[in-house]
Amino acid sequence: MNQPGDDPQRAEEAGSGYDRLADVRRAGLDQIAQAATVDELRAVEAELLGRSSSLAELQKGLGSLAPEARREAGRAVNEARVELAAALAEQRARLVEAERATQLRSERLDLTEVPYEPRRGHLHLVTQTRDELEDVFVGMGYTVAEGPEVETDWHNFQALNIPVAHPARSTQDTLFLAYGEPESVLIRTHTSPVQVRVMQTQAPPIYSIMPGRVYRKDTPDARHVPTFHQLEGLVIDRGISFADLAGTIEVFTKAYFGPDVTSRLRPAYFPFTEPSAEYEISCVICGGTGCRTCSGTGWIELGGCGMVHPNVLTMCGIDPEEWSGFAFGFGFDRLAQMRHAISDMRVLYDNDIRFVSQF
Amino acid sequence: MRVPLSWLRDYAPFDLEPTELGRVFDDLGMVVEGVEHVGGGLDHVVVGRVVEIELIPKAAKIRKVLVDDGTGDPVQVVCGAWNFEEGAKVAFAQVGAVLPGDFRIGVRKAMGVESRGMICSAKELDLGEDASGIMVLSADAPSPGTPLREALGIESDVVYDLAIEGNRPDANCITGVARDAAARLGLPFALPGAAVATGAADSVSENGLASIRVDAPRLCPRFTATVLTGVTVGESPAWLQHRLRLAGMRPINNVVDASNYVMLELGQPTHPYDLAKLAGRGLVVRGAEVGEVVRTLDGVDRRVGDGEDCLICDATGEPVGVAGIMGGASSEIDSDTTEVLLEAAAFDPMAIARTSKRLGLRSEASARFEKGTDPSGIDRSVARFCELVGTGQISGPMLDDRSGLQPRQPITVRVARVNSLLGTGLDGATIAGYLEPIGFVSHQADTAGVLDVLPPSFRPDVELEINVIEEVARHHGYAKIVRRVPRSPEAGRLTTFQRERRLVRQILVGAGVDEALTPSLVGPGDLERAGQHDSVIRAESPMIQEESILRTSMLPGLLRTLAFNAARRTADVAFFEIGKVFHVPSGDVGRQGLDATLPDEHERLAAALGGSRGGAPAAKRLWDTLVEGLRLANVTLEATESPGLHPGRTARIHLSGVPVGQVGEVDPSVSEAWGVEGRVGWIEVDLLGLVAAPRRSMEEQPLSRFPSSDIDLAFLVPDAVPAAEVEASVRKAGGDLLVDLRLFDVYRGERLQPGVRSLAYRLRFCALDRTLTDADVAAARSSVISSVEQAHGAALRG
Repeated sequence: MNQPGDDPQRAEEAGSGYDRLADVRRAGLDQIAQAATVDELRAVEAELLGRSSSLAELQKGLGSLAPEARREAGRAVNEARVELAAALAEQRARLVEAERATQLRSERLDLTEVPYEPRRGHLHLVTQTRDELEDVFVGMGYTVAEGPEVETDWHNFQALNIPVAHPARSTQDTLFLAYGEPESVLIRTHTSPVQVRVMQTQAPPIYSIMPGRVYRKDTPDARHVPTFHQLEGLVIDRGISFADLAGTIEVFTKAYFGPDVTSRLRPAYFPFTEPSAEYEISCVICGGTGCRTCSGTGWIELGGCGMVHPNVLTMCGIDPEEWSGFAFGFGFDRLAQMRHAISDMRVLYDNDIRFVSQF
Repeated sequence: MRVPLSWLRDYAPFDLEPTELGRVFDDLGMVVEGVEHVGGGLDHVVVGRVVEIELIPKAAKIRKVLVDDGTGDPVQVVCGAWNFEEGAKVAFAQVGAVLPGDFRIGVRKAMGVESRGMICSAKELDLGEDASGIMVLSADAPSPGTPLREALGIESDVVYDLAIEGNRPDANCITGVARDAAARLGLPFALPGAAVATGAADSVSENGLASIRVDAPRLCPRFTATVLTGVTVGESPAWLQHRLRLAGMRPINNVVDASNYVMLELGQPTHPYDLAKLAGRGLVVRGAEVGEVVRTLDGVDRRVGDGEDCLICDATGEPVGVAGIMGGASSEIDSDTTEVLLEAAAFDPMAIARTSKRLGLRSEASARFEKGTDPSGIDRSVARFCELVGTGQISGPMLDDRSGLQPRQPITVRVARVNSLLGTGLDGATIAGYLEPIGFVSHQADTAGVLDVLPPSFRPDVELEINVIEEVARHHGYAKIVRRVPRSPEAGRLTTFQRERRLVRQILVGAGVDEALTPSLVGPGDLERAGQHDSVIRAESPMIQEESILRTSMLPGLLRTLAFNAARRTADVAFFEIGKVFHVPSGDVGRQGLDATLPDEHERLAAALGGSRGGAPAAKRLWDTLVEGLRLANVTLEATESPGLHPGRTARIHLSGVPVGQVGEVDPSVSEAWGVEGRVGWIEVDLLGLVAAPRRSMEEQPLSRFPSSDIDLAFLVPDAVPAAEVEASVRKAGGDLLVDLRLFDVYRGERLQPGVRSLAYRLRFCALDRTLTDADVAAARSSVISSVEQAHGAALRG
């Protein structure tokens, strides 16, 4: 220790009281070190450096000293003040840190005590499926067309080359409405009338899909519900061929089901397309080796398709010699059923929150 | 249609594995819906001869029988059947046999008597329906020990169940299936029997034994009748009965069986009459008179003539059957029949379809006639019938009226058109080569690249070029057509409406609401129970009453959803649904065709909030979330009464002055009627109105760099004054400086007068160009206070 204040001779020279400076300093440092809280430290600070502190008294007394002694004493007082202030700052930092640590410890929270109660709804599976399919076709350059659920017999049947009493008319499936002429207005049995409306109102080329709700008279069971959803596609352009149809089926089934899926077409009959086909995809469950889902065949029937019948084009005001096109369709409730391994279709329309919130 | 493989092999040498052959059928569009292996379960079943029958003491129903099964000493069995005598030849299952149905024959004991085998009934061997007694073989059956399969000429067989499409009338018979498959496989194909030429194309209407007359040639283009005399009615030979059974038909007698066999084999329905029972010994084909009644074979009196129905009548004009659909009972073949008149005809397919639908009467014959039969194949079918009946002889020439037959014209088929529609590169010869084995005759036309194609008479469905193109595609093979993807000239995209509808769904899902889908049809009383009394549109003859009325409101579906979940102890749910509602429009409705006026159809968005999530305030908050998410502008709510909703807790929503729907709460009596407890929050809006409504400006609003000042103001406002009006006054008086306004407290209570509540607002003032002074804020404050006090009879709360 070789500080000026420590020199008893100089203190004595500085005059009365200044000899206590070393004690004041020492005591102050002790007080600082002993302060246990920031509040205590604040009191200590007032006592050591405040207006009525010993240092302040000594500071005031400097004026009465001789110039030589005043300079000496002033420097000593100032050094003591600086030293105490530094010790205070250091202690305060220490105490603040300690208090913050205590505070944080006291605020400990088990986050797993917070219950899982997300406020997030769920889209219906059928909507999710529809959105995904729409996105696939929008990506292929298609628009999405919609039309009324309640249709005329003309749009639902006659314009599609199915005259009254045609054997292909499954009247037992059709729900006619007690509205207007008998058997003139019905709930659409497929989304094909939207194709008719698009062809009537839009000049080719047409690249559109028609998703929507349809109705067939049916007793509900695990695989059938009367209200279900279909998606149909329609392409009318110059030089469209069956090859375009087969390629389109292949591309969209791969886009939806995954790159490993393959598709095949086999001849079928629909009055509104010719040649017509049913298309199947390799079973998404077993990959084609045969399982319960595909009844051991390795293939899953998806829907019907074909080249739009020239009669249909003509009835919709499109010249079949200039334009040709294809159409396809399928029910997509079934796709959701397959993808999510749903054993009973009816659960889709129960709206049981335990089911809805799974997806 | 059930198609036995052994039967197919009569016409073409199919030697593929049954599974492979099934794939060929599939690939030709004759879809294999099932494959059945039959004739199994006959190993260790042999011809047995009953050597001795002995009663068993105290046994009333069973007897001990000794059977010679060719193995040496007679075998002892216990038998419960009594329909045989000693010496009878029977079907005997030896120990070790496994009968159809996996029934194992072992050594058993009955009443203390050992039984080492079983004497079988036809049913037990899957050879017939008869289970009343054991199967007694004819006396000339082969010797004991001969395998039964050999004795009966039964092969183990494969029966395909094929789904035949509506445009394949040719494939509704075994030969048609065989022809198609043989063509694909390049195998020779031959029809059975002879195509007996009837000679002159002129009509023969009378041959001394019987007569015919066709008064309706349009409904019946060709009508023939053939007389067989000296017929003995009895059982058909076993092989024929066996085939009928394989094909799913029951043998009746040799005449009826022959008719059925011909139909299965060649696709031509025929109808045999007992000629002696036909009044006037003749048939007349005519249209039905309105109100005529015909008693059909099934014993039902059917009223005909309400449309264009074709009848077959006797020579006196009395109906004996509905043409092409079902015969009458009066002239049925029975065991005494000796003279048979066989009708074989062609009818107008559409007329048959309409009559069949009108009468609700379908038969194997009508199913074939309504798809179209082969008028030229009649001669072969008649000849085949006579051959199969096995007794009697054809007497006199076939009576034949073909006055309604139209000659078929060749179809012009352009090779380029074929290829442009199929995406193939086939030449004319290849096309003709595909068509030739299925009976189409092609000739090069005068114009290059054009074929004149005459379809066969058994393809009445083929009328247009496109029909021929489909046949080419089928026999070329769909799998061989290359695949390519057409390119849309436009960018694909959703419409604004479709994008916004998705946004609405996302907003609601984000707000914790789940999506429901409920049927567009509701049951009787559902709408009334939801307080809805609009006129409704009903279904004609619905299958299920629960779905028989078009919904006019989304309430029933969503209330049912809440009730469904509450019943499963989950009442705190919130659901929304987007779907159509239907209303009877004013004015003319439902005319025919293109001009028909359809019901008004609107897409609605509805949300129902139940349990602890329920109530009008929750609904209002959810609506606000939609407003914010869609950035709707000029939204106003106005208290309203609406059917099914709480009269004091419902507001009509206006978007820029246009009403789009309601927000609020379901009438408690309605939710109670649906079994839903508590206050149900409700929103129902027109989706198009929502999406089409004006939105807030998309232009950036500048932000102030200067500090803002907040003041709080509480007003005492009469209950009759909506808070929305107070707010509007505040905003108006606050002017541009008022940048934010919030109603932070609503107080009603003892400290206030009744009918008055305190509305406390926090107002934030700020200017774009300066820091507001105390004087600025004070001025704004007093302007707001005086405006609210004057406009609404309100007072600033001290």
